[in-house]
Amino acid sequence: MAVPAHTEVATEFEIVIGLEVHAQLTTRSKMFCSCSTDYANAAPNTHVCPVCMGMPGVLPVINRQAVAYTIMTALALNCSIPEYSKFDRKNYPYPDLMKGYQISQYDLPLSRNGYLLIEHDGQVRRIGITRVHLEEDTAKLLHRDGYSLVDVNRAGTPLIEIVSEPDMRSPEEARLYMQKLREILVYLGVSSGRMEEGSLRCDANISVRPRGQQTLGVKTEIKNMNSFKALQQALEYEAHRQIEVLRAGGTIQQETRGWDESRGVTVPQRSKEYAHDYRYFPEPDLPPLVISRAWVEELRARLPELPDARRLRYQRDYGLSAQDADILTEEKALGDYFDQVMALSSQVQDRQARARAASNWLLSEVVRLLHAHDIAPAACPLKPEALVNLLDLLDRQRITGKQAKEVLDEAFVSGELPETIVVRKGIQPPITDPQALERIIVEVIEANPKIVADYRSGKTNAAQYLVGQIMKRTRGQAKADLVQQLLRAKLDEAPTA
Amino acid sequence: MSALHELTLSDAATLLRQRQISSVELTRAFLERIEALDGRIRAFTLVTADLALQQAQEADQRLQRGEQVTPLTGIPLAIKDVICTKDIPTTCSSRMLEHFRPPFNATVMERLQAAGAVMLGKTNMDEFAMGSSTEHSAFFPTHNPWDLERTPGGSSGGSAAAVAAGMAPGALGSDTGGSIRQPAALCNVVGLKPTYGRVSRFGLVAFASSLDQIGPFARTARDAALLLQAIAGPDPRDSTCSATPVPDYTAELTGEIRGLRIGVPVEYWEAPGMDPGVARVGQEAVNRLRELGAEIREVSLPHTRYGVAAYYIIAPAEASANLARYDGVKYGYSYRDTSDMWEALDKTRQYGFGPEVKRRIMLGTYVLSAGYYDAYYKQAQKVRALIAQDFERAFEQCDVLVSPASPTVAFKLGEKLSDPYQMYLNDVFTIPANLAGICGISIPSGFSEGLPVGLQILGNAFAEATILRVADAFQRVTDYHTQRPAL
Ligand SMILES: [Zn+2]
Repeated sequence: MAVPAHTEVATEFEIVIGLEVHAQLTTRSKMFCSCSTDYANAAPNTHVCPVCMGMPGVLPVINRQAVAYTIMTALALNCSIPEYSKFDRKNYPYPDLMKGYQISQYDLPLSRNGYLLIEHDGQVRRIGITRVHLEEDTAKLLHRDGYSLVDVNRAGTPLIEIVSEPDMRSPEEARLYMQKLREILVYLGVSSGRMEEGSLRCDANISVRPRGQQTLGVKTEIKNMNSFKALQQALEYEAHRQIEVLRAGGTIQQETRGWDESRGVTVPQRSKEYAHDYRYFPEPDLPPLVISRAWVEELRARLPELPDARRLRYQRDYGLSAQDADILTEEKALGDYFDQVMALSSQVQDRQARARAASNWLLSEVVRLLHAHDIAPAACPLKPEALVNLLDLLDRQRITGKQAKEVLDEAFVSGELPETIVVRKGIQPPITDPQALERIIVEVIEANPKIVADYRSGKTNAAQYLVGQIMKRTRGQAKADLVQQLLRAKLDEAPTA
Repeated sequence: MSALHELTLSDAATLLRQRQISSVELTRAFLERIEALDGRIRAFTLVTADLALQQAQEADQRLQRGEQVTPLTGIPLAIKDVICTKDIPTTCSSRMLEHFRPPFNATVMERLQAAGAVMLGKTNMDEFAMGSSTEHSAFFPTHNPWDLERTPGGSSGGSAAAVAAGMAPGALGSDTGGSIRQPAALCNVVGLKPTYGRVSRFGLVAFASSLDQIGPFARTARDAALLLQAIAGPDPRDSTCSATPVPDYTAELTGEIRGLRIGVPVEYWEAPGMDPGVARVGQEAVNRLRELGAEIREVSLPHTRYGVAAYYIIAPAEASANLARYDGVKYGYSYRDTSDMWEALDKTRQYGFGPEVKRRIMLGTYVLSAGYYDAYYKQAQKVRALIAQDFERAFEQCDVLVSPASPTVAFKLGEKLSDPYQMYLNDVFTIPANLAGICGISIPSGFSEGLPVGLQILGNAFAEATILRVADAFQRVTDYHTQRPAL
């Protein structure tokens, strides 16, 4: 079945999507034991203990940091935080589940009733958040040589589940929601937000219905979407598949389907693994959580600036373009860098001019260097102080733009301050005094009567040669635009007698 | 001096401190006693003789140096096989864990070791603590030292029988619905179930997490107090363990109970199935307490008759989840004669668990299932709250409550095995305390037809000192606890 453009799909049927997003929290230790969560490059089953291995007789102890991170996430998603919450056991047999049940939250989650705003086609859409709750991750199964091997390192890693309302109306909206959510999690510092590595995961519930129908259609649950692109593609495929089934007079089977990336299709999952009565009941090993209002306020006060606020600030306070504000916001490390540059530029009078210059240099030159050296923005070797120094040199007209780029290249590698490089290389200040320049221009004009004659006879290109001569005489210290301007003025004057 | 194995724990501790006996001598005496008797009683699943003698030697060195000496230094103890002992088999009397050696110690074991106690071995029990006769052990039943044809009660029947037969001066058991108090009653020893949260459950293999508590067996209330003192108190590894300070229990053993208000719950005494001989012995015990100056009051615990039903919903529900981890993948018994993962899981559980465990897993799975949760589990939780409320009201009028610990004396092996419901009813007086989370103790209070009858004394949450004081006062004026079975 070919995947058509989703625009065709969206006319006669309405697509309804809700997402269940799981994000691993970046706490140092696991959810219920003191094992380190830093197992990414560790050998299998080395970050384990009797508790996360579900040995007989062990008991869980709640990681307070994980609860704090969950509440912070919930606050950022405009959720309410009930005073009373508890953990429950979710029972299902599977070898990746060490205890035969997962400690999760059922009817009294840490938070509920929030929302997230996304912008789609110039319109702001409000996507409801049903709840954000806390649970533990499972172990990882590795299938090879006919065996299934269990790596328990991941088991017990704190995991938040963010459940949305079925408020999304297109696969693209689902992707935008997911991207926005990721941005927020990264801003909060509670998750690394890496979909490809599985620290951020997403399942989707999707159904379609004839436009105008109030009741929801039968939904399918889609799993195994490991990137934003996969999310959108899988949902586009699935929406189309459901519509085709309905158009052909068929009915949708309520089922779990997996996205097969290589084939570009969703396929039914084996039902034994997912069709369960989870038999939730309150976790008797953990006392209920009483979340004090004082703690919630403390956590609220600790919330960093969130992406929307930053975007708005960049445009409103600094006059940045919407596009630049977006780029600086989406890549948090770049925005942080920019903010540091601005903080270090407190003495600069024209804040907006400095902001635009900082943004331009950062997004063009610094990003170019980061790419060239394959370095992540967060690890940028050029310190904000260095960029501020460079911008100051430019403002004082101590160096030309062209020189600044060369200095930046060096500073990026050597870690020196630009002004140190300027002094070391003996770069002279540009000649900015028109009278001094004029003298040189007159000398050049007098030394090249033929060229001047050519110019005056209409070969305006001849002026370029003269500019080159002037730059040579000034050893590049003259500002090119000023030279151009003064030369033309001189040449266009009536010839001296 | 009487034979070493006849000493109470307190007396042995005194002699050890006075260096009149050594821990090695004492330990050896109990090991010899085990050697001589346990072939008939079968209280132990494992005797750790070498380890015991090594620990005894270390205890003797401590006693000699006079450093870090506690009342338990050098005292040999038997440990119910549901408590994790590092590198030593912890089987829960189940095929499933027959060869399981935990890589860690239960908190109570760490505390006993820190106190310098000696472990004689691990004791038999109903599989995963599910039962009231120790007949559900996957290995063998334990016999009651008072009549080898009869059960010692359960599930901690091995620990109760070991203390009753003089094979240990004290022991640890666990009590989920009466598993300490009922075998203590049937074997003529003291058995104390602490308040839920008084003793850490870390390392106690879970049966029903909201009901389980570890507690001591001993011959006297004083000995039980010493054992409780050593194991009670907060534990960062158990979030349900209370931070309530632990009092000095022996300091409270004044022998004085004048003016103490003792409640007699009418529902317990009038329960159907109450053996008249047991009721008579219980009544005499109440009279004795009155003679000691206590004020006896009738009280009502109106929801008592729903206790067993609620218990047999809540406990199996929790057990069904607690026992889900035994899948043959990580430890314990594993069926490997198939390449199909689900078949391996099914067969592991089919062969690894005994019938009573399976019965409770099925019960628990059923009551938690979609469509049944509200009718069973939720309803049972409401009953549980009402039973707790009954006790709250009773303890407004009384300091402690007394009743027989079990409606009958020890029954014959095999007698109730084919009728689980009759077996369940044996816990009718003990279950409510677990549901309410309060503390209780059973002490020897007399004999009916030559078999022991235990008196249960229930106290409010964290009132262990009070029930121990009553028990100790009773033992000061009675000699039931000094009587020994003829072996
Ligand atoms: Zn761990």
